[in-house]
Order: sequence, then structure tokens, then C-alpha cells
Amino acid sequence: MNKEARKTATALAYLAPNFIGFVVFLAGPVVFSLVMSFTNWGMQKSVPFAWIGLENFTELLGDVNFWLYFLNTAYFMIGIPFAIAGSLILAIMLSQKLKGITVYRTLFYLPSITSGVALMILWKALYNPETGPINTMLNWFLNTVGLNHVIHAVFGTTVTPPAWLISTKSILGLDVDKIGMVWKQFGLGARDAIIYMGIWTGIGGGNMLLYLAALTNQPQELVEAAQIDGASRWAIFKNVTWPYLAPTTFFITIMSFIGGLQGGFEQARVMTGGGPAGTTMTMTYYIYTQAFDELQLGYASAVAWVLAVIILVVTLINWKFGNKEMYY
Amino acid sequence: MSTQNELAGQQRTWWNRWGKVTSSHLLLGLISITTMLPFIWMVLASFKPMADIEKINPIPSVWHPENYIEVFRKVQFARYYFNSLFIAAWVTLLTVLTSSLAAYAFARIQWKGRDMVFKLYLMTLMIPGVVVMIPNYTVMVHLHLLDSYVGLIVPAAFSAFGTFLLRQFMLTIPSALDEAAEIDGANSWQILWEIIMPLAQPGLVTLAVFTFLGNYGSFFWPLLIIKSEYLRTLPIGMLFFDTNYGTQTNLIMAGSVMSVIPVIILFVFCQKFLVKGIQLGAVKG
Repeated sequence: MNKEARKTATALAYLAPNFIGFVVFLAGPVVFSLVMSFTNWGMQKSVPFAWIGLENFTELLGDVNFWLYFLNTAYFMIGIPFAIAGSLILAIMLSQKLKGITVYRTLFYLPSITSGVALMILWKALYNPETGPINTMLNWFLNTVGLNHVIHAVFGTTVTPPAWLISTKSILGLDVDKIGMVWKQFGLGARDAIIYMGIWTGIGGGNMLLYLAALTNQPQELVEAAQIDGASRWAIFKNVTWPYLAPTTFFITIMSFIGGLQGGFEQARVMTGGGPAGTTMTMTYYIYTQAFDELQLGYASAVAWVLAVIILVVTLINWKFGNKEMYY
Repeated sequence: MSTQNELAGQQRTWWNRWGKVTSSHLLLGLISITTMLPFIWMVLASFKPMADIEKINPIPSVWHPENYIEVFRKVQFARYYFNSLFIAAWVTLLTVLTSSLAAYAFARIQWKGRDMVFKLYLMTLMIPGVVVMIPNYTVMVHLHLLDSYVGLIVPAAFSAFGTFLLRQFMLTIPSALDEAAEIDGANSWQILWEIIMPLAQPGLVTLAVFTFLGNYGSFFWPLLIIKSEYLRTLPIGMLFFDTNYGTQTNLIMAGSVMSVIPVIILFVFCQKFLVKGIQLGAVKG
């Protein structure tokens, strides 16, 4: 055996344990799922397995639920700019030299590190319209403090707190069973509740740490030069720091977008069951219910691949424009 | 005039020294408390009698620490703890092991097809998990691994991202070290364990902490695999606890508090590695 062949053999031996798992649980399933998206694969034995070509994809185009849930998924991303702005503000505050700053960092980071089922159950209790503290507080302001008297005097009507997770309303007034906006759906509902929870969870998490790292590594020459020239803090931020952070912001935006496209599964499963009236159904939860409740595995694979292609396009945009920005 | 300027100057230094610091602490403290409010409510609610939950006063009228014992009576909470820790520990061990061996092959050995295989790994990083979930589930069905520890651990133990992370880490170790060891007659196995692994330790710990936390909170895969109660992990156990006893908010909150405590402990001890890991993770973009 020559030296090169021996090296390849050695490398493959080290790679093997991981590579076998990689093929069986990752690469193989990717190909398998793509193939199955062109079939009527299901778990019912009554329907014989068949190749149906693009039928799943054409069915999907006419599936009003798919589009409604796609819209829900997009709606959930309303929170992204707020979460990013919040992360940036927190990072700027944490980047000052102050005693005990790591304590604040730890506290800000807690929601994102503990995120998951336990916290979603917590938020479900917080949002409970009858017994939850959010509405207890709102009711106290409205009725005990007497805000409702003022509102009644001015508008001739009183206000009741939102029903949160059991309400189909949304701040954009999205219709329930078709794409569109209707007046009676304006308000605060399940989707907005989940968005707010998401901002609370994400604001002090990884994105804040990324901004913080970028801010700590920022060369100080430009900032100092601007200070000597008498520039205001806002002017320094706008003209020096913000452009310097552009690659980080771009990266965070793309990653949030990719996360958002795949998001909403745990929230739907733990907090709402996708309801009320499907308003918290997202793409991933739809794929899950199609596959494991309806047993339409072929169709579910097709929806999953549509999602995968969207994510692929976003990733390619990131690769094309992101890297250039990084060395700016 | 000059005394006035001096006075203003003194005031400014006083402001610079104390005012800025105090106002920063005030603002940061206020934000921290706002962020912590849900947690504070959760802990207080877990000690409340049920009748206190809907009251505006957040402090329990009577403290009920026995709520925590009640959780263990209602469901097999100790079992959930064990399952979560056991599964997360095994997945972490296997992931770190397989990832570091593979990373070594990618970072330290020259071989034919290396870059092509590595590109394949990178490509799968952008495939959403939901795509492979359905095929993986059917594989588990055919291997009769549904509702088993093996079915929960093994599919989670191969990480393309972990391989990528450790490869990046190993690339930063000077190759002169292996070359010197090779001249001294060390084989690749010795180089890996005696040179690379000790130097890659921060990377290994980072990956371990991330894998552990990720699997401790893992929801999607266990939800598909677990059917029996004895296999339930904390997230799955909490889901069913909430489904069956959801009206008993005080007990549910006690359960939630107990599920997040190990994460907080781990976080406090491993913060340094987590922060580094997040920043390393960003490199993949």
C-alpha cells in the first residue's frame, strides 16, 4: 500500500463512526424524503403505494390551509426586527465597562437558555384569560383603578382584556379561513401572544452575545477620532458603529429568518394545539400533523421540501452577500 | 468666571464617576427585573395554594412547599429527571466522540475526496430537521426501536455541526506539533489523543455543553419516539403533566421550576464555553 492510500484508509477509519450515522440519519433520509415527496406514501394499507409525479406539489398550490399556515409562519416573523433591535440595545448596554456587568448578562441570557417546554407552559399560565397574572393586572387597571370609567367617558364603551391564546384576533386583523384582513379580527390574539413570548425569550440570547462580541472587538480609533471632532453619541452610533455591525446584523437577520421559517412547532404543540381555528399553525406543525395525524407521509414530505427549498434560497443569499459584507 | 468653569468641571467629573455608573446600574437593573418577572411569578406561584393563583397579590398567602412533593406523587417526576439526564449524557458522550474523530480526519489528515465529503457535511447543515424526521421515524419503526432508549439516543448522536465546529477548532492548532510528534515516531492515534484532544479541550467542552443542553430540552424527536410513561423525558413529561393536570397551575409551576433548575446550574458553571460556542457557531455563515 502506498503512502497516500494508507492515509486515506486511516482518515476513513476515523471518519467512519460519524459518517455511518451521517448517512443513515441525515444524508440518506434527505434523499429518501425527496423521493417520497413524489409518491402517495401513507401508512394506511388500503391505498396502494404509487408514483404520482408532481401531484403533491400541485395539490399544495391549491391547499388553502397550506397558504394560511404559510401566512401564519410569515406573521410570526413580525417579531424579528423588534427582537434584533432589542438584542442590539442590550448588547450596547452590556458593552460598557461596569462592575458586575456579567451578572446582568447572565440575567438577560436566562430566558433563552431555559427556553423550551417548561417556559411555554409558564407562558400559557401567564396568558390564561381568567386566572393568569397578565389579565389580572389588566383587569385591575381597567376596573379597580378605574381606567374603564375614563375610556367610557371618552369613547362611550368599555374595554375588556384580550383572550390571548384562545383568541383568533391579530394586530393585522388577519381573516381566519381565507387570506385577507377583516375588521372584526383586529385586536390581540394567540399569534401576538406567541410573538411577544418569542421576543422575551430571544432578545437576550445568542444574538445579543453576537452583537456583544462584535462591539468588544470594534476598533476604537474611529470612535475616538469622532469623539475628538465633537460628534454626538447618536452620530457616532449611526455613522461608525452601525455600519461596523452591518455584517453581524445581516447574519442575525438571515439566521432569524431561517429559524422563523422552521418555527412555531413547540408553541403549537404545547400551548395551543395549532388553534384557535388554526391561527397558530405554522409550516412545521402542519408537516407534523399531515405526517403523524393524517398519515399523509408523501404529502408531508412535499411540504417539507417546499420549506427546505425556501430555506436553501435564503442560505444561498447569505453565502452570496454575507461573506462579502463580512470583510468590509 | 474661572471659578464657575472649575465648578462645572467638577460637576462633570462627579457625573462621569458616579452619575453614569449609577444610572447605568439603575437602567440595567430595571431591565433585568422586567426580564425576570415571568420567572419570579413562576417561583412564587409554585408555592401558592391553588386559590391564590388568580389573585393580584403575587406573594402566596400561605407558603406550600409541599406542592413540590405533590408533583412527585402525581407523576413519575424523578423518572423524567433520570431519563432526561441519562439520554442527554449518552448523546453528549457519543456526539463528542464521533465528532472529534471525524473532525480529526477532516482537519489533520490529507486524503482523497476530503473536501468533497466535507462539502456534503456542510450542505446538510442547511436542511431543516423536519425533512429528515419522517424518514428517520420510519427507520425506527422498521428497526423496532420506537419507544426505546436506543431509539432516543442513537439518531441524535451524529452531528454534522459538531464535526464542523471541532474541525474549525482543530485547524487553529499549529500543525508543527503533529509533525514533530510524527518524527518522534507517534502514530495518528497517539497524535490525536496526546496532542490534538488536550489542545482542543475548550472546543470539546463547548460542543459538550451545547449538545447536553440541546438534548436535555429536546422535544420533537422524543415526542415521536416515546410512547410509554417510563421513557418520558422532562419536556415530554411536562407536556403530559400539563395536559392532565393543567388546571392545577401551582403544581404545574412547581414542575416547571424543577425542569429549569438543572439548566440554570449548568449555565452558571459553563457560561464561558457557551458564549464562546455561540460566537464560533456564527462563523459557519
